[in-house]
Amino acid sequence: MNLNVLTVESTRVAIRERQFTAARLVEDFYRKIEAEDPVIHAYLTLCEDRALQRARRIDDLAGRGDPLPPLAGVPVAIKDVMVTKGLRSTAGSKILENFVPPYDCTAVERLETAGAIVLGKTNCDEFAMGSSNENSAYGPVCNPHDHSRVPGGSSGGSAAAVAAGTTVAALGSDTGGSIRQPAAFCGVVGLMPTYGRVSRYGLIAFASSLDHIGPLTKTVKDAAIVLRYIAGRDRQDSTSADVPVPDYEQEIEQPVKGLRLGVPKEYFGEGLDAEVRTVVEAAIQQLAEDGCQIVPVSLPHTPYAIPAYYVIATAEASSNLARYDGVRYGYRSPRAKTLSEMYRKSRDEGFGAEVKRRIMLGTYALSSGYYDAYYLKAQKARTLLARDFEQAFHKVDAIVTPTTPTAAFKLGEKADDPLAMYLADIYTVVADLVGIPGISVPCGQTKPGLPIGLQILGKHFDEGTILRLAHAVEHGRASAT
Amino acid sequence: MADLANLELTAEERVRFVKDLNSILEYIGRLNELNTDDVPPMAQVLSSYGAGGETIGDKFAYAQRDDIPRPCLEHEEALKNAPDSDGNFFKVPKVIEK
Repeated sequence: MNLNVLTVESTRVAIRERQFTAARLVEDFYRKIEAEDPVIHAYLTLCEDRALQRARRIDDLAGRGDPLPPLAGVPVAIKDVMVTKGLRSTAGSKILENFVPPYDCTAVERLETAGAIVLGKTNCDEFAMGSSNENSAYGPVCNPHDHSRVPGGSSGGSAAAVAAGTTVAALGSDTGGSIRQPAAFCGVVGLMPTYGRVSRYGLIAFASSLDHIGPLTKTVKDAAIVLRYIAGRDRQDSTSADVPVPDYEQEIEQPVKGLRLGVPKEYFGEGLDAEVRTVVEAAIQQLAEDGCQIVPVSLPHTPYAIPAYYVIATAEASSNLARYDGVRYGYRSPRAKTLSEMYRKSRDEGFGAEVKRRIMLGTYALSSGYYDAYYLKAQKARTLLARDFEQAFHKVDAIVTPTTPTAAFKLGEKADDPLAMYLADIYTVVADLVGIPGISVPCGQTKPGLPIGLQILGKHFDEGTILRLAHAVEHGRASAT
Repeated sequence: MADLANLELTAEERVRFVKDLNSILEYIGRLNELNTDDVPPMAQVLSSYGAGGETIGDKFAYAQRDDIPRPCLEHEEALKNAPDSDGNFFKVPKVIEK
């Protein structure tokens, strides 16, 4: 069995038709992980016993001829910022090194209810703060296409595991690009749904108004399938929207002819690598040949997206991460004698440099005397960015851009320059601020063979259209080769 | 600032962070180029963000539920991850310092 070519779609058919058992499949995946993951380092925690138990349950159902759940036997990997009951969840941080959550994240629970089998928890930047996975307290992940390069971040482990074929699909989280950017770097599909489309219950909070859960998969159809089962209202998350979840699998089969595609000039300016530009423009041209109408649009406030993002995200993070105090769970410094010393030393020893840097920046932006100048100003800029998109979406059905300005960079290349690292998210942060859905789909590669992603942004709750367009891009590439 | 954030930071970290944060704040300063006099702040995607609201509006109703008591985490479960506990409460070092 060639595990590398298995998709969600083909796996569930194979299990249903009993071409192999779910237990056998799970065992094969663990043997592949044992052989290949020591180099890639996509996984932080594995759960073979738990997975085998669940796989056998699927096989028992199949053996009796009982109806199988829709994702029966499909192996998935979960970014370690989502809590899993009884299974260690670290958020890539030393402060949660021994944290075994007492409940399940809704998105994970929904996947398991649909029959999917969790293989393990994937590596990520600490508290999802980073664009290269180098901020993990457990060491970096390397890009399966070139081991000297980063997989992107912060969902680097999830993207690398899908790309390396050590899982069939994965869940990631996206606060400023953390699903789409690693998807682009690793040559897989990454979908960030509309804010509110997927419950955030059980997602370890980074910036609550920006955090999203979404799938990383080998194909667009797989992303459509996974989204369908994790989406929808959840009583445990008041920001999860009460909006019907369509059958995305059917939606992607609709033709793209006649769709109006906005191309924003601000995303094709200075800083965009020439090779990335050429490949992305060719993908847009292909969509035009498929019958899409290309419309130049302007999103004039784009240059303010990164500054606004780093104020808002860090402000929310400084507040969210105040809970790590060494009292109820997580790391407690053994060196503290008083309560205030315990808070300080536990946080100091438990958090990594980038997390501390962001807590400091966020605390500053929220502090008295600076609140108006930074936090309030950034929130107003956020309104202007939202208006840019609202105006553009009067004229177009979706917007296409490069996902990233360059292909995957080298490990260590930006590790000492936080600002340069932040700019790796320059094309992705806006969608998080505005709450619209975005997908990165592979659209080509550089001459040395590094993947390049096309980003498609859609209207609120219109994941169907961006999935449909991404499906057309994928199909165009398949027929070209 | 480190005090406000309940962080200690080593001398090295302090030097490094001052340098990093100054360069980041300088970059963030470009927000001051924007005239935002009549622009309302946007805290949440789900609230009306002052952009006319037609693409937002009623689609974004908050998920609400009735206020009915439901079973919560068992006491024992809630204490399981505690660094220190007497089986009934979380234990911390003395709060009142001499």
